[in-house]
Amino acid sequence: MGKILIPIGPQHPALKEPESFNILLEGERVAAANVTIGYNHRGIEKACESRTYIQDMYLIERICGICSHSHSTCFIQTVEEIAGLSIPKRASFIRTLIGELERVHSHLLWLGVAGHEIGFDTLFMYSWRDREFVMDILAMLTGNRVNYSVNTIGGVRRDISADQIQEVLKAVDILENRTEYYIQVAYEETTLISRLAGVGRLPEDVVMRLGATGPVARAAGVKKDVRRDDPYAAYADMEFNVITDDHADVLGRTIVRVKELMESYKIIRQLLNSIPDGPLIVKAPRKIPAGEAVTRYEAPRGEDVHYVKSNGTDMPERVKVRAPTLANLAAISYMLEGGYLADVPIVIAAIDPCFSCTDRMIKVSNMNSGEESILDWNGLRDYSIKWYREQGIELNNIKTFRGEVR
Amino acid sequence: MGTALFSILVFPGFIFLGLYSLIIEFVDRKLYARFQNRVGPPWFQPLADFIKLVSKETIIPCEADSRLFRILPAFALASASTAFLYIPVWGVKSLFPFEGDLIVVLYLLTIPTLTFFLAGWFSKSLYAEIGSIRTLTQLFACEVPLFMAFLGPAILTGTWSVSGVASYYNAHPLFALFNIPGLIVALIASQGKLERVPFDIPEAETEIVGGAFTEYSGRLLALFRMTIDIEMVVVSALIAAVFIPLFATSLPVLGFVLFLIKTLLVVFLLTIMRSVLARLRLEQMVNFFWKYMTPLALIQILIVLILKGVLAA
Amino acid sequence: MRKVGKMLPLVMKMLIRKPATVMYPSVKPEMPEHFRGKLEFDASKCIGCKMCIRDCPSGALEIEKIGEKQFKAIVYLDRCIYCGQCTDSCPKKALKCTKCFELANYTRENLKVDI
Repeated sequence: MGKILIPIGPQHPALKEPESFNILLEGERVAAANVTIGYNHRGIEKACESRTYIQDMYLIERICGICSHSHSTCFIQTVEEIAGLSIPKRASFIRTLIGELERVHSHLLWLGVAGHEIGFDTLFMYSWRDREFVMDILAMLTGNRVNYSVNTIGGVRRDISADQIQEVLKAVDILENRTEYYIQVAYEETTLISRLAGVGRLPEDVVMRLGATGPVARAAGVKKDVRRDDPYAAYADMEFNVITDDHADVLGRTIVRVKELMESYKIIRQLLNSIPDGPLIVKAPRKIPAGEAVTRYEAPRGEDVHYVKSNGTDMPERVKVRAPTLANLAAISYMLEGGYLADVPIVIAAIDPCFSCTDRMIKVSNMNSGEESILDWNGLRDYSIKWYREQGIELNNIKTFRGEVR
Repeated sequence: MGTALFSILVFPGFIFLGLYSLIIEFVDRKLYARFQNRVGPPWFQPLADFIKLVSKETIIPCEADSRLFRILPAFALASASTAFLYIPVWGVKSLFPFEGDLIVVLYLLTIPTLTFFLAGWFSKSLYAEIGSIRTLTQLFACEVPLFMAFLGPAILTGTWSVSGVASYYNAHPLFALFNIPGLIVALIASQGKLERVPFDIPEAETEIVGGAFTEYSGRLLALFRMTIDIEMVVVSALIAAVFIPLFATSLPVLGFVLFLIKTLLVVFLLTIMRSVLARLRLEQMVNFFWKYMTPLALIQILIVLILKGVLAA
Repeated sequence: MRKVGKMLPLVMKMLIRKPATVMYPSVKPEMPEHFRGKLEFDASKCIGCKMCIRDCPSGALEIEKIGEKQFKAIVYLDRCIYCGQCTDSCPKKALKCTKCFELANYTRENLKVDI
């Protein structure tokens, strides 16, 4: 059989979010893989520049559903650093608690998705049923199952009562029991191991060269975790291990994520047993003084970097978000080549892709001449007006919008 | 003549087979759901799925061979249904037994898999091509242990007819205990033949979208789905007739009830296999069948030959 | 130690347990106490400062004057992101989140409601 070019995506049952992987197949082996991203670009960074910091908080939170608290906390920490605020201790404990609960929720979700990609639907159903415990706890603490909106500039908006602490501890006990079972399954179930072992190999030197972060890097033995290297919120006072594994393949990533769940339970218990009393919020100015700051955060998928530049008004001048999946995407072509077609879905799922987080900037490249250019705001506006004119739509002639006359 | 037509078309022929296959699909899906702590579909779900598929538009890609596209599902359905005529339903005798009908049943069960390959190949779609090649590879891997597993019990009985095998084991039920390795091989190889997890690589939804059936829709897909269900009934009835010697030759109603119980037991075992295992890759599946299943089937034949020698002496 | 079918004992036990599914819509689950659903407006407390409108991320609120120190609130249910920032911004605590979340409708005009 000759070589065939098979498109995985943008729409494909294996992908939860649109991405384009063009796989060159020889029989069942992958000869080359080409990654194209950009289907999820929503212009969030530009939208942040025309909204106040308080409104931006909610916009940044909705970059992604699974790591929403990570983005929100990272952004808030950056803004607080520019403004020179230091939040009360109780607020940082509550932020860390919600962050760890989000990590639990994200890793359980990943376990289910990985099970579904290899055809193991029973694991999928079980882990998502256990995830419901975490969702209920989060809904009780913050008022919503995703997009928790618990942060505000200067602290947190919700308090946690003694009853709620007991509920969380009870749920953590149940979840710890179930997670130990999943660790056993990951180590013992033969069909699972034969699908995951040796697949998507990414050794340590390649990790450092391509810049992978998060569980992908830790599965190759690279001991990098922002919670340990550059502690933020309440992590400086917590005792936990940074889990690494030396398999350097998908099985290693599974083991790292499942064991990180156990570490999260340990951290949650320490947080709840030692949470200090105190105020929840310090008064924050509406107009943030001029300055810029960069903050890192350990999202469930890896290292999340936010940069904010302010100019003294109540709207930021520039916001830049670098999601962890962007760092891990560079490693995908390396991991896919030489493998089987049957491994493509699980390798893509093993970096825990969240393409909604990833797509940020647009670089326009002319398909015929190959030259690239970067459009600024006015250039983009002129381009779109010209494009619509070529389709026969004159934007100035539109009289009604959303039922209201303009 | 009238009774023959009635038995072919209604009971235990086509209509009974169709309804029973829907019931078996419901049992399979409901058990699968309960194993996963879910509620599962209501009893009329497979019938509703069939009616929904039949009422949808049939889209045929312009590059595909239109005549073959339409004929293949009918071929598959016809051969799978015909195989049921030679399997005993309420006693030890099937409808039209003759010497050698075990081989005919096994051949008739191979034809649907070949039609899946042809359907995928002539769809001219990328995913369908890959799916059809995988179907053929799986055929080469799992047919050999399956055939050999059914060979074992037949050697002992000395006949090549399913009804003959069934009546022999009805008379000497204890000899069925020697067929246990063959039963294990037959169960696992049928899981491969029916393309269910862990051997559903030809129709891996998360990798190649729909496998050989990617371009099929509407009535033709409904016929293919019905074929797969009927194949399941035929295979489990065959396993029940050859390996599990519980018949009631005197009372037909009791015999029919025993048939239902035996086939449901086989379906139960197949569903358990579906729930606790992950999908294997193509080369892992081929390795597994040729390294473990075929030697086990050979051991079964060896046991049977030794037993035959002991009995003759 | 590698096993085939490691999950088999648990899977068989699940046969006799009740399914984990909540049979919505015949059974409606109870939302937690501080769930952020549809907004509720207390006209007696509103002073018309419009801080809520200033902080709303999506422009979902409108406050109209209907008399001397009397205000009416209109919320666009399709624009509201149910974040609750308006409830925090209001100095008189005139806005509150209820537990109501079944807000779907067939026409867009019906999603502009008085509260």
